[in-house]
Amino acid sequence: MDQKKLAIIATKGSLDWAYPPFILASTAAALGYDTQIFFTFYGLQLLKKKLALEVTPLGNPGMPMPMGMDKWFPVLGMTLPGMQGMVTSMMKKKMSSKGVASIEELRELCMEAEVKVVACQMTVDLFDMDHSEFIDGVEYAGAAAFFEFAGDSDICLYI
Amino acid sequence: MADFDQELDASGLNCPLPILRAKKTLSGMDAGQILHIIATDPGSVKDFDAFSKQTGNELLESKEEGGKFHFLIKKA
Repeated sequence: MDQKKLAIIATKGSLDWAYPPFILASTAAALGYDTQIFFTFYGLQLLKKKLALEVTPLGNPGMPMPMGMDKWFPVLGMTLPGMQGMVTSMMKKKMSSKGVASIEELRELCMEAEVKVVACQMTVDLFDMDHSEFIDGVEYAGAAAFFEFAGDSDICLYI
Repeated sequence: MADFDQELDASGLNCPLPILRAKKTLSGMDAGQILHIIATDPGSVKDFDAFSKQTGNELLESKEEGGKFHFLIKKA
């Protein structure tokens, strides 16, 4: 049986959206897939040595809030300073109480499982980032390199 | 529960950690050896079935007992 291939494009840089690429990539690797994630735009935040990912309830009516906060807290209340940090720390606490892995842990598991991690060099230039900000093992390339791998992938996801 | 060679307690862990831990444990075992996994994640029932089908490691047993899920997987 030929080894299956999974190609993922990770474009988002918030705590909640950090989960799908790392969960799917680590699981695919465990199932024997040759797996690659191409990180572009805000997705590059997921590769920082020191992660500072946050989650915002703004513009997200689907996000369940603790203690029914979404019912009695007006949307405008969510724009108050410190609100995003508070919601983020509540989300992290919730995740750890439910046995959900941290992003750091899932990312480490991906690297251990030899998931190929590629960062978009154009985005690095665009946002004046430096390779030293990112974890070891990241490769830097562009769209053509993505297609070289994705072109013969079995599954290709844009997240 | 039949005999097994190694045990992995994945109680309290959520998707995809039980699968990832099982994969890691299996990679340190010999072909034909049996791994007993204990999990509390209800999603792990379908997941270990799918893991077994896709990796060729045979799922010998899958059952719920005392509020926990037990799996026996034979390394291919």
